[in-house]
Amino acid sequence: MTRRVAIVGVGYSDFRPATPDVAFHEMMFEAAVKAYEDAGVNPRKDIDSFIACSEDYWEGFSIFDEFVPDQLGAVLKPVCTISADGMYGVINAYLQIRTGAFDIVAVEAHSKASDIVNMWHVMAFAFDPIINRPLKMHPYVIAGLEMMKFLKDSGNTEEHCAMVVAKNKKNAMKTPYASYGSIISPEDVLTSETLFHPLKKLDASEFVDGAVVIVLAAEEVARKLTDTPIWIKGVGWCTDTPWLEFRDWSRAVYAEMAAEMAYKMARIHEPAKQIDFAEIDDKFSYKELQHMEALRLCRKGEAGLLVEEGVTERDGDLPVNPSGGFLGVGNPLEAGGLVKILEAVLQLRGEAGKRQVPKAEVAVTQIWRGVPTTSGAVVVLGRE
Amino acid sequence: MSEKIKEYPGHPLSEQDISTGKVLTTKWRPKARYMYAAGVAISKFLEELKNGRIVGRKCRKCGRILVPPRMYCEWCFRPTDEWVYVKDTGRVVTAVISYIAADRARLEKPEIIAVIELDGASPGMGILHKLGEVDPEDVKNMKVFGMRVKAVWKPPEEREGSITDILYFRPLKEGEE
Repeated sequence: MTRRVAIVGVGYSDFRPATPDVAFHEMMFEAAVKAYEDAGVNPRKDIDSFIACSEDYWEGFSIFDEFVPDQLGAVLKPVCTISADGMYGVINAYLQIRTGAFDIVAVEAHSKASDIVNMWHVMAFAFDPIINRPLKMHPYVIAGLEMMKFLKDSGNTEEHCAMVVAKNKKNAMKTPYASYGSIISPEDVLTSETLFHPLKKLDASEFVDGAVVIVLAAEEVARKLTDTPIWIKGVGWCTDTPWLEFRDWSRAVYAEMAAEMAYKMARIHEPAKQIDFAEIDDKFSYKELQHMEALRLCRKGEAGLLVEEGVTERDGDLPVNPSGGFLGVGNPLEAGGLVKILEAVLQLRGEAGKRQVPKAEVAVTQIWRGVPTTSGAVVVLGRE
Repeated sequence: MSEKIKEYPGHPLSEQDISTGKVLTTKWRPKARYMYAAGVAISKFLEELKNGRIVGRKCRKCGRILVPPRMYCEWCFRPTDEWVYVKDTGRVVTAVISYIAADRARLEKPEIIAVIELDGASPGMGILHKLGEVDPEDVKNMKVFGMRVKAVWKPPEEREGSITDILYFRPLKEGEE
């Protein structure tokens, strides 16, 4: 099993905070058409298998699987849905191609967050019904608890978190698909409304609607389709315990383990040196710092320092979230991982325009499934 | 009970065990509310139902007229091209007599639900709705297959842009088109 796999096409719909004018399937069609055009494939003839990623509670449908084939060109073809972030879909597509059963696989994920009227109630439904829900907590209490413990143990500060927000929102100003770009100072973040001390309003990303489709192909097919295949060099995923009572509140162990799995496969021994830029999960500001440390992009306790010194700026030595991350683009629910991969592919191809990072040969992308989970995935991508 | 275990300790849960607090209970009412965006195609479809018309979308490549309308053709994987009105008459593809309501209660008067291929739409396409003025015996003896039917609409002032703007489909009368 040495078959290499590359990403040969990416496409996305118009990302906006609210999309009352289009249905989810019309958004998916837009993203799919663009991705297939980018890859130069006809889904009815060329694509062997389709993977859609969605969570029924976000969609407001039961068994959402049944609603995906038409708009992806997947009618009467092998289709499956993964109830997880899109990055898990890409990993599954990679493995499907590695088996030799399929040559071209498409992956889709989207967010219709604006369709959800009671977002916080839907999120709170993820708590244990017997011992956690009766306390009637807002789900972001979990983020506050974790931020508190992470900052205390790592030595990073609220100021560092505020710098992450300012950096990402500034990066987003040059990203066409970002909805929440702005020029603000760390001071603006620190003085924004305190929600769950130490978490402030601007430390949390806002939701956004949008769909992304990614096309993957086996090496021999990929080389025929494109001059710039972006190779999947390593994949990893991991889930920690769900118990809020005894999980590790200071480290993102799920991300550490997922990264080790992916790095081993990609033969990355010194991530800080071998990786050129990172697109990692920043649904909350402190998460970017915590994930940088989990992915060994810096030593424990030094993530904030790197941000402070400008190392993670777009033109720094190790750009982190040049897209603007979720703080700048918005949090697109299960499409989050595909947004990370989309940005990494555009950067690695050299197609990122005004936001192009100077050196882009190897990238790490990472996703976390959000509160209250301890689940996440990592994909390492490269030009060679 | 298995062969080896003849008797379990205790007794089955009773109403009293619950009401007297002997059993832990926890209550959570999910407030999962959604505001589904109908989208371009279905919004137009609903708008036209309010006008007493049924609209579909035509794909010029395969020539099919899709009802309900969609902005893309799932076979050709391309955008559909134009709005086409179809008739409110058609033919029963399949039907069922439902004796049970959505909440599992026994219905006093059974309902007939049917899939109807509409005149003007491509074969096999149309609407899922209720049949009225049909003898359930005609379902049981399979005469319902291919039965010609027509929509019975709500009065215009009562329509609200919903699938229920059509009350049901009834058999076409002799000589009626």
